[in-house]
Amino acid sequence: MYEILKDDFFLWLKGQLGQKEILAPRLKEEGYLFLPWDGEELELTGYTNTLKPVKDAFFPQWEALIRYRMDKGKPVQVMGENPATKPLILFGVRPCDARSILLLDRVFNGPKYKDQHYRERRENTFVISLACSEPASTCFCQDLGISPLAKEGSDILLVDLGDKFLALADTLKGEEILQERPFSPATPGSMDKFQALQGVSRQAAAASLVPEILSGELSQVFVLPLWDEIYRKCLNCGVCTYLCPTCHCFDISDETTDTEGRRVRSWDSCMFGNFTQHGSGHNPRPTGKERIRQRVLHKFKYFPENYLAVACVGCGRCVAKCPVNFDIREVLKRLGGCQDDMSM
Amino acid sequence: MTCQCEIKNPYLPYQMEILEVVEENPEKDLKTFTLGFLNEADHGTFLYTPGQFAEISVFGTGEAPFGIASSPTEKGIVRFSVKKVGRVTTALHILEKGDLVGLRGPLGNSWPLEKFAGKNLVLVGGGFAFTTLRSLVCYILDEENRKNYGNLTVVYGARNPGQLLYKEELQDWSARPDIDIHLTIDRPVEGWWGKVGFVPAVTEQVVTSSENAVAVVCGPPVMIKFTLPVLKKIGFTSENIFTSLEMKMKCGIGMCGRCNIGNKFVCKDGPVFSMAELEKLPAEY
Repeated sequence: MYEILKDDFFLWLKGQLGQKEILAPRLKEEGYLFLPWDGEELELTGYTNTLKPVKDAFFPQWEALIRYRMDKGKPVQVMGENPATKPLILFGVRPCDARSILLLDRVFNGPKYKDQHYRERRENTFVISLACSEPASTCFCQDLGISPLAKEGSDILLVDLGDKFLALADTLKGEEILQERPFSPATPGSMDKFQALQGVSRQAAAASLVPEILSGELSQVFVLPLWDEIYRKCLNCGVCTYLCPTCHCFDISDETTDTEGRRVRSWDSCMFGNFTQHGSGHNPRPTGKERIRQRVLHKFKYFPENYLAVACVGCGRCVAKCPVNFDIREVLKRLGGCQDDMSM
Repeated sequence: MTCQCEIKNPYLPYQMEILEVVEENPEKDLKTFTLGFLNEADHGTFLYTPGQFAEISVFGTGEAPFGIASSPTEKGIVRFSVKKVGRVTTALHILEKGDLVGLRGPLGNSWPLEKFAGKNLVLVGGGFAFTTLRSLVCYILDEENRKNYGNLTVVYGARNPGQLLYKEELQDWSARPDIDIHLTIDRPVEGWWGKVGFVPAVTEQVVTSSENAVAVVCGPPVMIKFTLPVLKKIGFTSENIFTSLEMKMKCGIGMCGRCNIGNKFVCKDGPVFSMAELEKLPAEY
């Protein structure tokens, strides 16, 4: 465990600007967004989390995967698109979002298939997270067993201790940075403060919102009467999936002129009807009922079965931004999950 | 993490030349494309097993997945039979011999040849879903492989003779002693020398035993629906009946999120499943 005076930290961060691009939470009209930071003072009072998650630092909303030239009378030339990544520091990531990066790693950096573009961006990015002291009303990380002080997924986690930050590393890269000045080993006083904070968060995280029933047989879960009901108010707008830090569904399409083409990947959503529609017109998930069931079960049943972790980090963006107040916490409670109302 | 230099772009296709286009039906909306590798060296890296699929790129239009209809024993080429249905298949149907396409794969699992070894095989196919069954038949009939399998019985049906894929080859197979093939059409047609009747009924007639046997079923959903009870009646268990599923796919490598049934991705965990596996999944396909 290490610590650093806040002033010293921001001076150090500024010093990184020469070699790296830095994205930090910046207040725009509607809220905070990860935007380029060039060293001026960061206004973080009132910062709970960014409007959009961090996934597009690794998995951008739109990117070319390959490109090709189709010149008349010549064979088609096909080239891989270079992701052209620059070394990046992501500063101010919340622990829920940091955890989401580890979940995306399981998808894009699997044992058999690896996504080159994702991997290169991931390896080029250094994540400095900020532990949460005051969760928003829509936050529910603790109901999923995630601590607002968790360092998982961060290279460095900073915990606000007044005039200084306590600093913890979760990677070798992070540990190497912390071992050098201006970081210094944490004083016993700082460690005590951190332990006190941890005790409070542990108390709050008594309940689990992940329903027991979802670890049972799919044949039973699939036909619960709840699915016939909860989809009715959903507009299938997909905003929950676009704002979700762990949603990673994408489309691949070709953008072409007469002589050139790019095969691009863009975010897609399981809430859209044509997402699963075959060329023949047949659709395995024809209505909102199947689609919302897919979204809930993918996060809380299929992903845990395939990747050993729930694909929800409790950031609450989907709850905050749903135009019809669809609340995933309510669905989980109706399925039997428990929420500690103290933490809301 | 391993060295990043090992990571290749999984979306970069092989460059392929169309060597031959065969119109398979009178409507001309079903064609078989034989592709050759433009770069000789690529041939050695595209190693597949019957039952796998690949994504064909039509440059300027896009990519779509197709079951591989050729067998790995047919060296130097990869073959696909494609029905003209949507955007990519329509664009592909315009292409001719000498045109270039992209090929990404091989993808997915395959017919479980290790489970088929030493067994009698019953293959039941319908319509243009016969593609990866052709791959399997050609593989088994290969001189090197034939001795590893028992009797090979094939039931293949289509609405009318014109809709049967690989007509010349079917004739050749009919003349061979090492394959027992039964072709059938829905209604009688003048000059037709095969059987008349639906696939499930013909299967019931010609397949008499499930002893030491496995069955493979590929065809339209309605055919599969009525063939399964027939196979069960003959004595095949769900563990010994295999099929291949089709889904809308994009990435083909288990990332893009659209082809799952429960926790299984058809692109990565399939397309081949035993009926026992499918019975555990919801019928969301």
